[in-house]
Amino acid sequence: MASAISSSMNLKPATLTRIDELITHYPVKRSAVLMLLHAIQEDVGFISNEAIEWVAAKLELQPINVYEVVTFYPMFRQKPIGRRHIKVCRTLSCALLGGYKTCATFEQEFNTHRGEISPDGEVTIEFVECLASCGTAPVVMIDDDLHENVDGAKAKKLSDQIKAEASARR
Amino acid sequence: MPAPAQRRIIFKHIGAPGYTNDLACYVQHGGYEMLRKAITMQPAAIIDEVKKSGLRGRGGAGFPCGVKWGLVDRKSGKPIYLVVNADESEPGTFKDRYIMHDDPHQLIEGIMISAWANNVKQAYIYIRGEMPHGARILEKAIADARAANFVGPKILGTDYGCEIYVHRGAGAYICGEETGLIESLEGKRPYPRIKPPYFPAVLGLYQCPTIVNNVETLCHVKHIVEMGGDNYAKIGTPNNTGTRILCVSGHVQKPGYFEYEVGKITMGELLNEVCGGPLPGRTFKAVIPGGSSAKVLRFGETFTLKNKDGSSRTLTVEDIPMDFDTLAACGTMGGSGGVIVMDDSVNMVEALANINAFYAHESCGQCTPCREGSLWMKKITNRMVHENARAEDGQLLKSVADQIAGRTICAFGEACSWPTQSFVAKFGDEFKGYADAKKTAKPAGALDLV
Ligand SMILES: Cc1cc2nc3c(=O)[nH]c(=O)nc-3n(C[C@H](O)[C@H](O)[C@H](O)COP(=O)(O)O)c2cc1C
Ligand code: SF4
Ligand code: FES
Repeated sequence: MASAISSSMNLKPATLTRIDELITHYPVKRSAVLMLLHAIQEDVGFISNEAIEWVAAKLELQPINVYEVVTFYPMFRQKPIGRRHIKVCRTLSCALLGGYKTCATFEQEFNTHRGEISPDGEVTIEFVECLASCGTAPVVMIDDDLHENVDGAKAKKLSDQIKAEASARR
Repeated sequence: MPAPAQRRIIFKHIGAPGYTNDLACYVQHGGYEMLRKAITMQPAAIIDEVKKSGLRGRGGAGFPCGVKWGLVDRKSGKPIYLVVNADESEPGTFKDRYIMHDDPHQLIEGIMISAWANNVKQAYIYIRGEMPHGARILEKAIADARAANFVGPKILGTDYGCEIYVHRGAGAYICGEETGLIESLEGKRPYPRIKPPYFPAVLGLYQCPTIVNNVETLCHVKHIVEMGGDNYAKIGTPNNTGTRILCVSGHVQKPGYFEYEVGKITMGELLNEVCGGPLPGRTFKAVIPGGSSAKVLRFGETFTLKNKDGSSRTLTVEDIPMDFDTLAACGTMGGSGGVIVMDDSVNMVEALANINAFYAHESCGQCTPCREGSLWMKKITNRMVHENARAEDGQLLKSVADQIAGRTICAFGEACSWPTQSFVAKFGDEFKGYADAKKTAKPAGALDLV
């Protein structure tokens, strides 16, 4: 099967170098599955079936061994998402200080629902569980960055920033 | 009486103006001197100091660190691995985050000392997936420490070497459970392993002896080497030694992290003085003292505990010292140090619904009582909030919860049933009366919790 897959899967050269380096971290290749999936998702945005087969071949595994990992861990996705990924913490400490309202504000601002790509393609909003920053609740991650004390007003401000960046790009 | 002062050992520099997370700054502040000292000591002598220190694990279970190290199978001929639990995902807990982002070399020094003490040649830091910057900071810190000969082959001119690699999780809470973490590190679904036989100290990573310790625990090791086990044991209270970081969140004026000698500050001092008390116009209603799995405490309840001399004493919630043993004697736990505060604006059915949604989402699904039980507890509390509530729902919830604990592979079973058991036991009237309560208007400012 592996032969049907392009040898580099159009990954960036830096990603391929990183992947080869990551594999050396473990005495057993299979251990590298999560790190490889992270590297690929960061590069191309999601984990395709082709990627699953490519990782399996790379680590001398069966595709099911990779597939079961992709389907278990919430951070891996098999479909593209909006340009920016907004993750709002749903768990108790954040909810006690308005996390649900924060999420609703983002949804209104981008005219979308949790788990969907917004009509303008700019964002996908999601609830996630405790982000280990409960002392600065409510918290939100936008892509890799943590934002603290995100009440409704701050959610509006962050949304405006994303929209401004989007129109500057267009 | 004012609250006692913080004693910052682990968080000595964290948050201080001008302190950065690079190697030069760490070395300027005396960094890696304890690794230099440790490497001149016999490994067994370091383990002895850790035993004498009385250090208990800061990840949740409070297991004595020296005892854990003593259980490692050193005769198997297999390599011994050290795995750092940096999954920090118990709701209410946010301390390891700051150590890794703001003082990564303190952790690396603690890892290298612990590795030397246990003849470990390979260590992994398992960091939760939602801390991508943390992973990059650690990778850079390890590379810098390696270039300075603190990590890697032949450290500090000796023949001893140990590598550290960073491994990222991907959003699953169960990866914090140590055997689930090991499975995840092996590249699989994080299904916890059954103990016996899979005690990590004997059959851990790749079926080799493995030490799993929390980030904060390993940082304490550095300070034990610095002051000696006996001196460290003088900090805190007997059997509850050292300092620990308390993370306060929810309904207080000033939430945040605070480092205290274990047992030297009470819940009342922590919440009323250190954290500035309840929000304006509010009173405290309930507090979860050690991460969301810990049983809830209701303000107003009292605990009658036995003293060593046979007499007894009665404590209010405010009187409880924040240690391992008293919290356990009060029927809850110090757990991960995450203190979640709820005031009188909170409806306890809704708060439990929030918690139940977490556990239903995070059960790995291996054990029927946990998979089905956590789901049904969520469904029941969700129905109560969003559809109709019945007077007997509290009892129904309790009966589901009572059938989980003790019947599962890992301690998640307990973790998911304790909130329901304690909320129903302590706020039973609120569950009974929830249908009526829903008919009246919510207090001003009350927020959706689920
Ligand atoms: C469901 C569950 C989740 C856990 N999550 C964490 C965690 O996020 N971080 C952690 O350090 N320990 C966590 N633990 C505890 C670990 O299993 C283990 O006891 C700990 O890492 C041991 O380190 P320590 O002795 O230094 O505390 C969890 C345990 C359970 C049962
Ligand atoms: S108790 Fe729950 S989380 Fe633990 S192994 Fe069983 S199903 Fe998985
Ligand atoms: S509850 Fe939101 S960060 Fe912990």
